[in-house]
Amino acid sequence: MAASLIAGVGPVQGAIGEPEKADLKLGFIKLTDMAPLAVAWEQGFFMDEGLFVELEAQANWKVLLDRVITGELDGAHMLAGQPLGATIGYGTQANIITAFSMDLNGNGITVSNDVWDTMSQHIEKEGDKPVHPISASALKPVVEQSRAKGERFRMGMVFPVSTHNYELRYWLAAGGLHPGFYAPQRGDTSGTLEADVHLSVTPPPQMPATMEAGTIAGYCVGEPWNQQAVFKGIGVPVITDYEIWPNNPEKVFGVTESWAEENPNTHLRLLRAMIRAAHWLDENNNANREEAVEILARPSYVGADAEVIANSMTGTFEYEKGDVREVPDFNVFFRYNATYPYPSDAIWYLSQMRRWGQIAEAKPDDWYMQTAAKVYRGDIYAQAAQSLIDEGLLSAEDFPDFSEENFERPFQGELIDGVAFTPRQPNAYIDSFDIGLKGSDTP
Amino acid sequence: MNTLTTTARPEQNVWLKSLASRFAGIDWAQTARQLLLPALGILIFLGFWHLTAPRIDTSLGAFPGPAQVWEQGGQLWQEHENQRERADKFITMQEERNARILAKNPDAEVKIRDYPGAPTFIDQIGTSLVTVLAGFVLATLIAVPLGIVFGLNRHFQAAVNPLIQVFKPVSPLAWLPLVTMVVSATYVSDDPLFEKSFLTSMITVTLCSLWPTLINTSVGVAAVNPDLLNVSQVLRLPFLTHVRKVVLPSSVPMIFTGLRVSLGIAWMVLIAAEMLAQSPGLGKFVWDEFQNGSSQSLSRIMVAVLTIGFIGFLLDRVMLLIQKKVAWNE
Repeated sequence: MAASLIAGVGPVQGAIGEPEKADLKLGFIKLTDMAPLAVAWEQGFFMDEGLFVELEAQANWKVLLDRVITGELDGAHMLAGQPLGATIGYGTQANIITAFSMDLNGNGITVSNDVWDTMSQHIEKEGDKPVHPISASALKPVVEQSRAKGERFRMGMVFPVSTHNYELRYWLAAGGLHPGFYAPQRGDTSGTLEADVHLSVTPPPQMPATMEAGTIAGYCVGEPWNQQAVFKGIGVPVITDYEIWPNNPEKVFGVTESWAEENPNTHLRLLRAMIRAAHWLDENNNANREEAVEILARPSYVGADAEVIANSMTGTFEYEKGDVREVPDFNVFFRYNATYPYPSDAIWYLSQMRRWGQIAEAKPDDWYMQTAAKVYRGDIYAQAAQSLIDEGLLSAEDFPDFSEENFERPFQGELIDGVAFTPRQPNAYIDSFDIGLKGSDTP
Repeated sequence: MNTLTTTARPEQNVWLKSLASRFAGIDWAQTARQLLLPALGILIFLGFWHLTAPRIDTSLGAFPGPAQVWEQGGQLWQEHENQRERADKFITMQEERNARILAKNPDAEVKIRDYPGAPTFIDQIGTSLVTVLAGFVLATLIAVPLGIVFGLNRHFQAAVNPLIQVFKPVSPLAWLPLVTMVVSATYVSDDPLFEKSFLTSMITVTLCSLWPTLINTSVGVAAVNPDLLNVSQVLRLPFLTHVRKVVLPSSVPMIFTGLRVSLGIAWMVLIAAEMLAQSPGLGKFVWDEFQNGSSQSLSRIMVAVLTIGFIGFLLDRVMLLIQKKVAWNE
């Protein structure tokens, strides 16, 4: 690593001016998808840009967001819903933008052994192994059992505006289970109105322990916390988010709008470093992933055991103990234009916020377009990427064609319920779900 | 190695001599109480720990025993050394680079930056110590003068006492969100002298550790021998002289009792505040390791726990020493 640092201090000055702020502190949560930040540091990409970056792990998503807003952090690895939620004033109000999408996929849904015992009786088998993807309808009998006993069926997710919350809700609703509404206009932010399955916030590392204690019967979380349940024999991952929506957008890199306006060169230089890092992670058919696993396993980054991190970072996923399957795209950092912040990604998140009541009132299609364009800044990304192309560090084929509008992420595959995602008609899309708010409904 | 043994020998002799004189003194009972019993206590604790740890099965593997913790302690030190080496390299590199730049253009602006790597365990200990001392000193500067005023003026004390009683039991977990928000809102500067996280932790520590010193000082001051007070009154000593010559000397033991309790609380509060707010320090180290969830995490947390305990103990001892030096009885 020292070698790469030494190589890094030589200045590679592009068309972009000197950074306004060279000493930066960036926050992250201990999850494998913070990899572009760690790699940009370790490979000296930040240094190449004349940036002296300190990476700091944060306790939870709330602390991370607050510290970006107060300026203690210059920017951070964020849940895609955080810049959107903050901009529209759900939870916290602050203008946060993103010009870099950090990865695709990377989450899973795990249920406890007890739940799995009942569930697996309702799942089709091929040989002795269940057929994937598994629908939440198999969970229905379990939920009905606990309702008959007068108990609530509880599951965990990591944050109210997290990808995980929307993915878990999506999967449950696709299987005919109601995950509950939010009603912020009445001060109800528990998200459990009319719920069949009650979802609650649990920090990622506490998920396995909370499930083991019986407080929740399952959860949706990023790696390594699904594989951890398998390793410990306390639960069974039933589905990955890749099977819910192939190549779905995951984390983003967020900064406040005012920070971006005050430090345009610094922002571009950060983006250049992270784009190169993401490219490094996927180049030569994931050839660098082993090295990335070693970097991530260091205590100052993710810190989990290398073998656990490697399980998902190198293209496999273990469902029931011993049921290891190939999921080559479990974690994607650069392929399929993963890093480009398509406004359509934002529209999907906003559509789910409306569907579950976090956005309390119906909004016109225009509002969705404007909010997405305000938060997802492809223009800034294009500037950074173009300068990398001009310098010959990356080639134009690596990126979408910047002369196009690039509104919509290229078709990634069907979502699990078969409902077509139509980002240009957000209201029509929201109305096409069986479960969820429609039109001008309020819960 | 050689120098080590040669320097060690005289010390060893001294130690042996003192041991011999102890034997000669034949105060066996006292020697046992002072040396053997604590050692026995520690041994029994280590044995108990060693035997029970492997039986506790957590989701991160078996609970670490003393051996694993010792090993991780060594590893943390090693990591610190490695990081320091890198930091030195980083500085030399910058110096060379700056020299090159200056050779080309003598007017160029150059700057040497600190190594931006993650802080090590040892760095975190340093950060925590600085923060706790800053918070404690601030608390002392507020609590001692206030305590003296309260002790001297009973009406004032009666008026403020309810407030003290209400604020005293407030946990750092309750103060922290308030302090964080207030610091963020009021401490705005382009080139801040302190980091916001430092201020937040420090003020939280101050708010929680202020009370024992305040209460003990006021009680100590109120309990000054009335004869002395009368003498002071007869001599018509000016207020400050009265405080300095009469009140302080007799209330110093009480003040120090308060200070020691305050420092203990300050240290506990700091670790909690760091864990909750993710300000740099030992608390953050513990939380980060908990989130790492690797097979080494629990051992590393145990290293931190023992370090926290040991530092707390040392801080108390240092206060005791200062108390002995300061407690004048003229």
